[in-house]
Amino acid sequence: MTALLPFRLAWRQLRAERARLLSAIAGVMFACVLVFMQLGFRSALFDSATALPQAMRGELFLIHPLTTALFRPESFPRVRAYQTLAIPEVAVAVPIYMTQSIWRNPVNGSHRAIQLIGFDTEAGAVSFPGLAALIPALKRPDTIAFDWKSRPEFGPVPALLAAKGPIVVQIGNREVEIVGTVALGASFGADGNAVMSETNFRRIAKDRRVSNIDLVALRLREGADPIAVQRALTALLPADVRVVTHDELVAWERNYWETATPIGFIFAFGSAMGLIVGMVIVYQILFADVASHIAEYATLKAMGFGAAYLRLVVMGAAAILAGLGFVPGVLASAGLYNVVAKATLLPLRMEADRGVLVLALIFGMCAVAGLLAMRKLRDADPADMF
Amino acid sequence: MHPVELAGVNYAYGEGSLRRPVLRDLDLTVAAGEIVLLTGPSGSGKTTLLTLVGALRAMQQGQCSVLGQELMGAPESVRVGLRRRIGFIFQNHNLLGFLTAAQNVAMSLELHPAFGNEAERLRAAERMLDRVGMADFAHTVPAKLSGGQRQRVAVARALVASPGLILADEPTAALDRQSGRDVVELMRDLARTSGVPILLVTHDPRILDVADRVVNMEDGRVVVGS
Ligand SMILES: Nc1ncnc2c1ncn2[C@@H]1O[C@H](COP(=O)(O)OP(=O)(O)OP(=O)(O)O)[C@@H](O)[C@H]1O
Ligand SMILES: [Mg+2]
Repeated sequence: MTALLPFRLAWRQLRAERARLLSAIAGVMFACVLVFMQLGFRSALFDSATALPQAMRGELFLIHPLTTALFRPESFPRVRAYQTLAIPEVAVAVPIYMTQSIWRNPVNGSHRAIQLIGFDTEAGAVSFPGLAALIPALKRPDTIAFDWKSRPEFGPVPALLAAKGPIVVQIGNREVEIVGTVALGASFGADGNAVMSETNFRRIAKDRRVSNIDLVALRLREGADPIAVQRALTALLPADVRVVTHDELVAWERNYWETATPIGFIFAFGSAMGLIVGMVIVYQILFADVASHIAEYATLKAMGFGAAYLRLVVMGAAAILAGLGFVPGVLASAGLYNVVAKATLLPLRMEADRGVLVLALIFGMCAVAGLLAMRKLRDADPADMF
Repeated sequence: MHPVELAGVNYAYGEGSLRRPVLRDLDLTVAAGEIVLLTGPSGSGKTTLLTLVGALRAMQQGQCSVLGQELMGAPESVRVGLRRRIGFIFQNHNLLGFLTAAQNVAMSLELHPAFGNEAERLRAAERMLDRVGMADFAHTVPAKLSGGQRQRVAVARALVASPGLILADEPTAALDRQSGRDVVELMRDLARTSGVPILLVTHDPRILDVADRVVNMEDGRVVVGS
């Protein structure tokens, strides 16, 4: 007797009830899609939330210890940037300014908060795609580069640029010229972004004190050990800045969204709901299959089939449903990712490790349903058969 | 030693004040190749006796040796093992509706290491179906068979693994007169050719003539054994 025989029996039993099988598969698929969407949104959120630090170049960064996330930084004295140059391994220190201001939609005049990022564009501290070509133009007064991945409420800027060439829009109370676009991405903290030179940032964000900056990117000399420099800088600088590596900067940002907001929990909760609903559906199908075959199962026990064989039939059915539901589920989710990514501009895509995680969750879900349904097998008592 | 030997068997359902003795100090023997019919009024304990002999229920008191295995105090695993050597035929056929006749019969052989692969099992099942006159229906599902045909498939399933004993409880009750008679004669003929003993419970006086011996039970005791 091989272990495959109960699985085959499970499959034959499932196959015999087409409608029941299809509704079970639909239930598993539903759970699968729900979990994929939740996990996809969660990861897209964290990806987009960290797009800004990801795009920063530099081995080390200075941030204020109280900065929770880059969309609302605590500022610190600009002089900290220059102090780092006391360490010989530090080649360049690039101050970066960030603030939110009000954007006026060039088509319908509606207002929306936009994240402004100002820095010395020639220092190579930031690498948004598209930025390099715009560097000469950004030197002119009152020019900005617009993030074309900003939410559509900012207006059809790329289309206007293509149709008319450079256009003038209003940020705060100032007219600025858009000289081109970069790719950065809307995040939950900022609906849109505009990139500009340090000088233009000061013009647009007039209420900002020039001597206060929000972030410093440090480029080290060739061959310098970032960890050693980090230690030296930490010893050198006062406690109003924290020295972090690029990875730590990204992790810092990510950690804010994961732990300091309910967002991570909400997506975990959504996934759990999907799994519970799927579990209940699969449980009901498996339970109905056992309940409607109690006499036959009891007969099998009378024939000398052990309880383990029948348990394997139930668990086999659970595993088959998991597999049959997962395959269309993963395909539907990949399709939905495309649709939603186009609609929201969030970086949603199917990833292998997420697929493996959801596969494990779905099998776990079906296993729990199987374990619950298995209890019904006790009612199959061969002594009641005669 | 006989295939079935019961001595001083007592059995009661319920506990405490609800305790109801059903079998009282019962002795019964079925010899090798013997066909024994068990009759008696409703509630006299025939089915209970059969479930004890079939190792479907745990013994409470007395001795009950079946195919050389003492069942008094035997653990569940021993009882499950013994059941594989017994062919059961129930009042209802209890065939799996989603399997064909041959697949149902082959299920019996999954428990027997001698039939290692599915092709062998199905061949043996089809041979057995041929012997019960159901060769033409090997690939038919039970829902498309008549009651008598289903019971023939159930007989084939009980016999295909060459059991050492056949236990049947009113196998004709759900059948019309003629098909009932046919099924019982079929069982008798198959048992005769392979020398398997049969213990069969019935209320049907028209089939008593197939028996080597008719045992009459009343109130948990054997009253007439001829
Ligand atoms: N599982 C059970 N729990 C409690 N009492 C039971 C159980 N099974 C049977 N009994 C009782 O035990 C007595 C004997 O039952 P049994 O089924 O052995 O009789 P029987 O001779 O087979 O009757 P019938 O000819 O109607 O099938 C009956 O009074 C019945 O009510
Ligand atoms: Mg009975």
